[in-house]
Amino acid sequence: MSERQPAAANTMKLSFSARSENEAFARVSVAAFISQLDPTMEELNDLKTVISEAVTNSIIHGYDSDETQLVSIEATISGDSVTIVISDDGGGIEDLELARQPLYTSKPELERSGMGFTIMENFMDSFEVASEPGRGTRIAMTKRIESKKALYN
Amino acid sequence: MSLHVDLEHQRHILIVRLKGELDHHTADSVRIRIEEAILRGGSTDVILSLKELAFMDSSGLGVILGRYKLLKSRGGRMVVCDASPGVYRLFELSGLFKIMPIHDTESDALSSLEVAL
Repeated sequence: MSERQPAAANTMKLSFSARSENEAFARVSVAAFISQLDPTMEELNDLKTVISEAVTNSIIHGYDSDETQLVSIEATISGDSVTIVISDDGGGIEDLELARQPLYTSKPELERSGMGFTIMENFMDSFEVASEPGRGTRIAMTKRIESKKALYN
Repeated sequence: MSLHVDLEHQRHILIVRLKGELDHHTADSVRIRIEEAILRGGSTDVILSLKELAFMDSSGLGVILGRYKLLKSRGGRMVVCDASPGVYRLFELSGLFKIMPIHDTESDALSSLEVAL
């Protein structure tokens, strides 16, 4: 009896200090990993933007800019889709419903636009956020990369 | 990754050219540079010229919205020009185009502010 082995997932993990200068590092690193799917410029820009949003949220809101903490990113390529999970062990979100409202920000004094979650929801095919006050926040997002398929058709 | 701010005064108008990546990390320096330039030049209106802005996220929207509110409270105006498709989409999504006009080029933006005076 032969059992078919499931294809091994192509995955990457990254953990880095919650410093603002690492926001660019995070989006560029994940973009480099995803580039093997041959995304369009627009798709790549969408992915860089949502990574920047989630990492910035972890730094500013999750950790209150405490640079000794760590933000983690995991990206998995499966077929023509990419799943990105960004997590922190920070303060968490009290009211998720409120946090997801466009233009809502808990830190208006920092000139935040309140558009982070709205951008993530709009730029990705699926978006999930799980948060526990005092424990942290985990965001999971998936996007299908169309370009390669278009190439083969 | 970094951001370069190029500033030019033309009478009452301040032209702000952003080059590079505008995110949470670079937003503070953009805010400070623009505020200083407005005060120094006595500018009433600002043109944000975004031709060479390679990346922007919602932190960029925040700093732009913040400058817009300040200018408006002083009776000034802010217009945007030369936005890339990615930046354009963020402006659209956030409704910023409902409050500030966008032009294709810097000279279009300049003449829109001069004609209106």
